Amino acid sequence: MKNKKKKVVVPIGPYHPLLEEPEFFALYCEGEKVVDVEWQAGYNHRAIEKLSEGKHWDQVTFLVERICGICSTSHPFAYCNAVEDLLGISIPDKAKYIRCVIGEMERIHSHLLWVGLAGHFLGYNTIFMWAWKYRESILEMFEIITGNRNHYAMFKIGGVRRNIEDEDIPTLRKVLTNLAGKLKMLTNAVLDDPVLGVRLKGVGVLTEEHIKDFGAIGPVARASGVSVDVRKDDPYSAYPFLDWKVIKTQNGDVFDKAVVRLLECMESVQIIEQALNFIEGNDGEILNEVREIPPGEGIGHHEAPRGECFHYVKSDGANSPVRHKIRAPSSNNIPTFKASCIGQMISDVAIILAAVDPCYCCTERVAVYDIEKKNKKRYDFSDLVELSRKRTEELRREV
Amino acid sequence: MKLLKTLKATLKNYIKDVKVHNERRIYITIDSKFLKECVNILFRQLNGRYIIISGVDNFDSFELIYHFGFDLFGAIVSLRVFLERNNPEVVSLVDTIPGVFYIEREIWELLGINFVGHPNLKHFLLRDDWPKEDYPLRKNSNNITGDK
Amino acid sequence: MNLKLKALKKSLWVYHLSGGSCNNCDIEILDCLTPRFDIERFGMVLVGSPRHADALLCTGIVNKKCVERIKEVYHQTAKPCVVVAIGACACSGGIFRDGYQMGGPLNQIIPVDIYIPGCPPKPEAMIAGIVKLLEKLK
Repeated sequence: MKNKKKKVVVPIGPYHPLLEEPEFFALYCEGEKVVDVEWQAGYNHRAIEKLSEGKHWDQVTFLVERICGICSTSHPFAYCNAVEDLLGISIPDKAKYIRCVIGEMERIHSHLLWVGLAGHFLGYNTIFMWAWKYRESILEMFEIITGNRNHYAMFKIGGVRRNIEDEDIPTLRKVLTNLAGKLKMLTNAVLDDPVLGVRLKGVGVLTEEHIKDFGAIGPVARASGVSVDVRKDDPYSAYPFLDWKVIKTQNGDVFDKAVVRLLECMESVQIIEQALNFIEGNDGEILNEVREIPPGEGIGHHEAPRGECFHYVKSDGANSPVRHKIRAPSSNNIPTFKASCIGQMISDVAIILAAVDPCYCCTERVAVYDIEKKNKKRYDFSDLVELSRKRTEELRREV
Repeated sequence: MKLLKTLKATLKNYIKDVKVHNERRIYITIDSKFLKECVNILFRQLNGRYIIISGVDNFDSFELIYHFGFDLFGAIVSLRVFLERNNPEVVSLVDTIPGVFYIEREIWELLGINFVGHPNLKHFLLRDDWPKEDYPLRKNSNNITGDK
Repeated sequence: MNLKLKALKKSLWVYHLSGGSCNNCDIEILDCLTPRFDIERFGMVLVGSPRHADALLCTGIVNKKCVERIKEVYHQTAKPCVVVAIGACACSGGIFRDGYQMGGPLNQIIPVDIYIPGCPPKPEAMIAGIVKLLEKLK
């Protein structure tokens, strides 16, 4: 007796250990091709905008840090920019450079994390181990400078809370020089690998029009030739005083997204080295104390590793924000799957979804609906990853 | 200021009020009746970059702020509409900007603003069986914890 | 001591479960796999199914959307198993305690055997916590 009614059960089932955050994507497909994708989020929603209205302005900095663990400095950066925009103040020069150093170190660690995950989804486990191993040296430096591997609590409205001590700077420089060599090796490995080229080029392409329609930003946009980078467009902090360039490619496929991220890491190393030259031996102030926030509104944004992180704050003169709107870059980047997954093979879905570097990362339960056969198979993300790896193997044999 | 001049010239009579916080932060208030026309001007004609929509509860009214980035000028232009408290609704912009699909759902479920013409206004972040008429982000929501 | 508990002491198979976290604790758990900390040399393995797991590593406040899921995973896990609450959010709700999405700290949903606080707890802290747990099981 056939059980005709197949219910989508909520359970977890085989679950890939690399999937951190629970998300739900539903893929509708005909045979091997995807025809539609649906996104049901909310498994991570923690009511942060509401909590913000009940906290003091300085406490909110700690709250927003915990929006995301990977880009945990981006949100305080954007929030402090927003409040400082409301106040119309500027911060001491040394604080600007310290903020840049922390922001760029975070960019390196976040991109390396992504490179590791992407390697894992494609079946290159060595890349995963290497990328995360090099990442450890950055986390160690964070611990030395800020006291914590993640959630650094460096930012405060008006400046930064802690100094980067002169005695730590030589170690940081050594770590960076080492890292630059490893990054070069990783980048060349990706660019030269024939299988990766065949596997990733032309997959999950986003055109300039898609980028505009969804308001996509960050490496996702820059890989499609749209040169949007808050650090250059609306310069803040020490970025206008440093020498660096925006990395941009043309093709908009997954391969380009990987290349953009790797090259950005190298750019970040240069930015940090320049900023350290300013900080070393500089005895300047690091904080402009702010006592109260008058009524008004402010908008601040920061180029997080995933794109523009945008905060809007409104004040009525009280101790807490009246309204605090937070837009993480992934809110605009994730919906691009509507454009990038449709028409692609199921075996490519894992890497296309991951290429956006979603901060609500990969899905735990993915339901695949086969429209032709009118049945619902339950795939988990680990199944999609398996399909992805099988495809890489096939290509490896062909090449 | 070149950007401000261009905005005033293209939006003309739609503008009810302009607030220039500084040369990179401009807030323009318009009537919600003309939202689609104004958004078309900013998004298509002037090629602004869609950022996000913020919803605010002002006790006596609701406010929706549509943020657009004008990266050549390094500026953010925010289009503001006010909606009445008792029956807040506004036209959905899904046809103009596909990217607003999810944020309109989020604002609907957290603030209770109806987006007329949205193809799929159902729960996105909250549980499907979340109590009706309970909009957590509203100021008069006693319901911090959402318990019933 | 029965066979299962004996096996638990030798090599712990862990299953990771997130109930709405900022992801940081989850990344630190994965960090334990990487060459620096390498828990695989202790025989600890991250498995893909709760049915194979001896320990549940739970992170995150339990988001209202996740409550049923967590209960179901706990039922699916073969007993005896140990439940580890990792991070301030799983222990007590952390900074999100007063929000409208708070489904209750983990110990209101399933019984917890060990709490490892921290935001996030360092990999060393997690390993130390698991070792303490194994000592307790003796």
